[in-house]
Amino acid sequence: MSVILNAGEISRALRRISHEILEKNHGSSEVLLLGIPTRGALLSQRIKVLIEEIEKSPVLAGTLDITMYRDDLRMRPPRTLMPTEIPGGGIDEKHVVLVDDVFYSGRTIRAALDAINEVGRPRSVQLAVLIDRGHRELPIRADFVGKNIPTAKDESVRVHLTEIDGVDEVLIEGRTSS
Amino acid sequence: MNLHVANAKNVKGLATELWIESGKIVSQPTNGVVYEDIDANGLTLVPGLVDLHTHLREPGREDAETVLSGSQAAVAGGYTAISAMPNTFPVADTAGVVEQVFRLGEHHNLCDVFPIGAVTVGQDGKHLAELAAMYQSEAKVRIFSDDGHCVADPLVMRRALEYVKTFDGIIAQHAQDPRLTESAQMNEGVISAKLGLKGWPAVAEEAIIARDVLLAEHVDSRLHICHLTTAGGVEIVRNAKKRGIKVTAEVTPHHLLLTDDVVESYDSVYKVNPPLRTLKDVHALREGLADGTIDIIATDHAPHPQEAKDCEWNAAAFGMLGLETAFSIGYLTMVKSGLISLETLIERMSTKPAEIAQYLYHGKIAVGTKANFALIDLKAEWKVDRVRLHSKSRNTPFHEMVLPGMVMKTFHNGALVFDRKAKL
Amino acid sequence: MKNLLSINDLSKADALEILDTAVELSRLSENTVRKFPTLRGRTVVNLFFEDSTRTRISFEAAAKRLSADVINFSAKGSSLSKGESLKDTALTLQAMGADAVIIRHSASGAAHQLARQEWMKGSVINAGDGTHEHPTQALLDAFTIRRRLRADSGDLTGLSVGIVGDVLHSRVARSNVLLLQKLGAEVILVAPPTLLPVGVDSWGAQVRYSLDDVLPLVDAVMMLRVQRERMEDLFFPTEREYSRNFGLNLERMNRLKNTAIVMHPGPMNRGLEISADSADSHQSVIVEQVANGVSVRMSVLYLLLGGATARDLNLSSAGGM
Repeated sequence: MSVILNAGEISRALRRISHEILEKNHGSSEVLLLGIPTRGALLSQRIKVLIEEIEKSPVLAGTLDITMYRDDLRMRPPRTLMPTEIPGGGIDEKHVVLVDDVFYSGRTIRAALDAINEVGRPRSVQLAVLIDRGHRELPIRADFVGKNIPTAKDESVRVHLTEIDGVDEVLIEGRTSS
Repeated sequence: MNLHVANAKNVKGLATELWIESGKIVSQPTNGVVYEDIDANGLTLVPGLVDLHTHLREPGREDAETVLSGSQAAVAGGYTAISAMPNTFPVADTAGVVEQVFRLGEHHNLCDVFPIGAVTVGQDGKHLAELAAMYQSEAKVRIFSDDGHCVADPLVMRRALEYVKTFDGIIAQHAQDPRLTESAQMNEGVISAKLGLKGWPAVAEEAIIARDVLLAEHVDSRLHICHLTTAGGVEIVRNAKKRGIKVTAEVTPHHLLLTDDVVESYDSVYKVNPPLRTLKDVHALREGLADGTIDIIATDHAPHPQEAKDCEWNAAAFGMLGLETAFSIGYLTMVKSGLISLETLIERMSTKPAEIAQYLYHGKIAVGTKANFALIDLKAEWKVDRVRLHSKSRNTPFHEMVLPGMVMKTFHNGALVFDRKAKL
Repeated sequence: MKNLLSINDLSKADALEILDTAVELSRLSENTVRKFPTLRGRTVVNLFFEDSTRTRISFEAAAKRLSADVINFSAKGSSLSKGESLKDTALTLQAMGADAVIIRHSASGAAHQLARQEWMKGSVINAGDGTHEHPTQALLDAFTIRRRLRADSGDLTGLSVGIVGDVLHSRVARSNVLLLQKLGAEVILVAPPTLLPVGVDSWGAQVRYSLDDVLPLVDAVMMLRVQRERMEDLFFPTEREYSRNFGLNLERMNRLKNTAIVMHPGPMNRGLEISADSADSHQSVIVEQVANGVSVRMSVLYLLLGGATARDLNLSSAGGM
């Protein structure tokens, strides 16, 4: 097990992502951040705070639970639903930025796109992730990446965040030291 | 056929042997006569069991049981005499029907099949059947019962009790107040409250028993209480006996073992009339049987085809198989538990029922009487498999239970009618 | 969890998970998500041996919002009226590949029997069996109480719920007594002794005979439907006498706490166990109960069928042979 990002690095990555989101969307007025619970929702909150610091104006943010849209439901026991919070005005005509912690097969994001489709019709959907560990199984890419980390499939990437884990760090487990 | 049963033990556990000539027990071997040796080493010799409460379903429901299949089940359970309840189609309420059943028993000749006659025509509870005609028939019926139904009308019950005195008959009452048990499904209590099944209160049984012992006292007649199930009923019979009332009572094997909490599975194999009661009742029944308040164990063997049980509880038929498991259940609940000796158990399952019914050649092993007996391996245990029972039906509540005591051989009038080894 | 036959099948944690999931589902539904793909390809059979349009529609709406295929199978006009047994029906549904069967039956225990291993591999949900249980009704009642009195979270500790009327014949009462107590609430049963089962003392609920005495004590009062036929079976002398002693009316409403809610599982006998003005008062949550029924039933269907089911595992192991 080894630390691949520490608290400072996480913080710098999120700050950079925040700037990139603003740059791509020409400010924050049409942006709606949707974090995917659990840790994606926490990261989304942090990005919201960072953007609001930079822009000095409020940013819309919410959460989107994708459980009901997963394609692997029948492979495991049923999962507990997480909260979905869509801000008052809805997502129509917004630039929705999905926020998640680790970007891997792409299946979570596919489920999220389906979920968004049920909620409304945004102007665009973008994707921000803290870690991109590769091994995509679907033609999906991220718009904003904190750090690209090449991994083997038998490794797992763990994101710990202060709010629930007591510490900010990203770990990689199961790497065979070569 | 002459037999010599050697190396057996009797019900007291003492070594014993038996000489049989032409179906009858003799005191000692006769010079020049050849005997076939039956080695009963390790087995206990008991008089053939006698059941006063058997449903054979013939005529009318031969899909559930026949006199033949019921007789096969009986001898596999160590019984040499069974008593066929009259709730057949047609009801055994005439000399003709009881003679038919009696002759079928004779024809198959595995055990004695003694018909019980209906008290009322078609078991309607209103009009007395021709009781004397049934007694005077070849079947010589002495026990009458509307079993399955209660003789609820007190006047009809009184008349029946009086009427059978002319030939020393007995009325065997199925004690169930019909109004208190309308569409009742199981014992009324904690479990019925939980399961939402209509309750069958103990008082519905006890009220009829109380009424009938008083009637029997009043007209000085013989009353037999079928399948007693409640602690209160035991108490009533105990007091009646103290007062000298001519009442006898029976208990079934299943009521000695099972309690109403098994119904929580909604498995209708546990649906029976009268219903399974509580642990308190089970203990009272065992005590009653031990102290003689309850005279006998009777099986209430009640076969039903699978489709009568494979349905909603409310729609399922009442009844359980009993003949092939009765001895083992009696042995488990009464002897293994230390309440009575094997000798007393056999008295309750053979001697006493034969006395009550006046089945002269049953209930004892004595010189000069017909050789009706069974050989039992008390040490053996067996797992009940409903598919391997001899009954045509499968509705045993003891499926997969491991029970002590195995009937190995049964002899009827000196002839081997069941041999478990031969079956295997 | 494979089946929902009785509230006894649920631990407190299970029950809370069903309620929490129902909260999320009801919020999502408000956010204009009318339909989820979650149970696409799953077949849910509504097997109703007893007429109950309300319950059937509620389950049907719940299943359809989760994209399940719904087959309605009612006893009327089917082979069941021609004597097909419960067992044969189960085997038929099994052969059709039903992932779940929602059964309503007039016989207590019918759901348990249907769920026997050798009969049905799919899930069985009890939608009311005789006078035994109606677990989803109790869940939606608990959901409604929690929404009104506990802001949609946690258990019901500290609350007192009165259940009034024909407890003896009520599957709603049995399920509610079990569930409400499991969730920490105190239950007070109020009925004439004729309409309480022998053995009710084992339920852990208080039993009272005076509605007037109980009303000031409770946070919710649940009025049970009283069938007029019961009068014929001598359970009470006349409707008027029943109503006078055990019916909820405006005068009795005044004895309730201001915050207390009035519930009824429906269908109501207005004027018998509940007066029209009580049923329509601002303290009544009877209409909400109906609406909440869909969310709670979606939750149950999701938790039973949304993940890998026993049937899935059987199929995949069969495929490996």
